[in-house]
Amino acid sequence: MSQLSVKHLLGIKYLQPADIELIFETADHFKEVINRTIKKVPSLRDVTIANLFFENSTRTKLSFELAQKRLSADVINFSVGQSSVKKGETLIDTVNNILSMKVDMVVMRHPNPGASVFLANNVNSCIINAGDGTHEHPTQALLDTYSIRERLGDVAGKKVVIVGDILHSRVALSNIFALQKLGAEVKVCGPKSLLPKHIEAVGVGIETDLRKALNWCDVANMLRVQNERMDASYFPSTREYSQQFGIDMPLLDSLDKQIVIMHPGPINRGVEITSDVADSDHAIILDQVENGVAIRMAVMYLLASKI
Amino acid sequence: MSQKVLLNATEITIILNRLACQLIETHLDFSNTVLVGLQPRGIYVAKRLAALLTEEYGIKNLQLGYLDITFFRDDFRRGDKVLNASKNEMEVAVEDKKVVLIDDVLYTGRSIRAALTAIQSYGRPSEIELLTLIDRRFSRHLPIQPNYRGRQVDVIKNEKVIVSWKEVDGKDVIYMVNK
Repeated sequence: MSQLSVKHLLGIKYLQPADIELIFETADHFKEVINRTIKKVPSLRDVTIANLFFENSTRTKLSFELAQKRLSADVINFSVGQSSVKKGETLIDTVNNILSMKVDMVVMRHPNPGASVFLANNVNSCIINAGDGTHEHPTQALLDTYSIRERLGDVAGKKVVIVGDILHSRVALSNIFALQKLGAEVKVCGPKSLLPKHIEAVGVGIETDLRKALNWCDVANMLRVQNERMDASYFPSTREYSQQFGIDMPLLDSLDKQIVIMHPGPINRGVEITSDVADSDHAIILDQVENGVAIRMAVMYLLASKI
Repeated sequence: MSQKVLLNATEITIILNRLACQLIETHLDFSNTVLVGLQPRGIYVAKRLAALLTEEYGIKNLQLGYLDITFFRDDFRRGDKVLNASKNEMEVAVEDKKVVLIDDVLYTGRSIRAALTAIQSYGRPSEIELLTLIDRRFSRHLPIQPNYRGRQVDVIKNEKVIVSWKEVDGKDVIYMVNK
C-alpha cells in the first residue's frame, strides 16, 4: 500500500517522483468519479477543511471547493476582504483561531512567498499550498503535468517550453520542478526582463526566440502576463509583447510539427494566445480545468489519510 | 505461518459450475441482470462465472462490470492503512436492473455495505443480490448474508482465507493461513 512521503503539500520541491505518480493514479480514479451521474464519494465526510484565500482567486478556489464537496468534506471559506486580518491580526493567530473550531486541513493562498511553509512550521494542521506569492503553486503544476500525461501518454522524455512571465510566476517554478521530477526536458522563453536571473541554475534551458522554442517543444505552456505583480515596466507595450511572445494560428501552422498548447488561466486573449488558438484542438486548457478537480481530490484524499 | 488448503482446483471448478447454474435458475436469460465483480479480488470470480455462463451455458449479451469500493469504505482514516483505489469499469447501466454483486470472500460484510452505497452512484437497481465464493461463518459485523455461496467455512479471527487464481497467481487454490 503506497502513501505520500509528506504530511503537507507545500511545494513540488518537497515531493518525490513516486508521490507524484501516486497522486496521478489516485486522480485517475477520481476523474472517473466526477464523470458519473452521482459525482460524490463519502471518503472525507468526517473532515473539515478551511479555504483561506489572502489573495484573489476564481478557478483555484472554485476547484478546491468543488473537490472538497465531491469528497463530502465540510468546507469553510475565508476571504481576506471580510476578515479580521484588516484589523491587524497575524497569520498564525488567524489560523489558530480557525483551527480551534476543529478544522482538520487548511488550503491557503497567500501573497507572500513561503507563507505556507511558515504556517506548516507554526500551526498544528495539514497545510495545502494553493499558491504563495511568486514561489509555488503545486496543485497547478500537478494538474498541468497530469494533463500532459493524459494527452501525450507520458511526461518522461517530453520537451516542454514555458512561455511568458517567468519572473512573477509561481506556476512556472512548480511546473519546472514537477516536469523535471517526471523526466521531461524544460525550457523557458520570454523577454529577458521577465526571466529570473540564474534561472538556468534549476536546470532549464533559456530561449528568447519563440519560433525556435516552439519548433523544439512538444508542449507549450503559455503563462499570463501578471500586470498586477509588476512594479516596473518590463516590456515596451502589450502589442510588442504579443507580437514577439504571443501565439497565433499562422505561427502554429508554420511549425514543423503539431504541439500541445496549455494555459493556466485566466487567459488574456490576444496577448499570450489568440482566441482561435485558445479554442483550437491544439489547446487543452479546459481539460486542465477538469483535471484540476480530480488532482485536488487526489491530493486531499491522500493527505487526509495522514491526519 | 501454517497453511491449509480449503479447496483445490477441481473443487473450485465444480463450485463455480454450481453457482453458474444457480444464477441461471433465478435470472434465466440475464437480459435484465448485471453481474458486478468487486475490486480488487472479486473481479476474478466474476470473470470466471461470466466465461462459464457464456461458453458452457450459452448465455448471450451478458452484462458485466467491475466496481471499486475504496472511496466508500468505512475504515478510511482509522488505523495506519492507506486505502489505494482500483479501477471502476461500470460501462453497464444498472438503473432498474437486477444486480448481482460478486466477491471472493465474505467476512465482516463491511465491503458489501460499501458496495451497496457505491453501486447507487451508477443508478437505482431494481434488486441487488450477493454471490460469494467463500462465506466465513460467525464473523459478520453487519446483517449481510449471501444469496449464493460457494462454500461456508469456519475460520477464526487471526486466520486469513486466500483465494488464488491461475490467471494471476499461477494456480487455482483456496487456502487458509494462520497470521
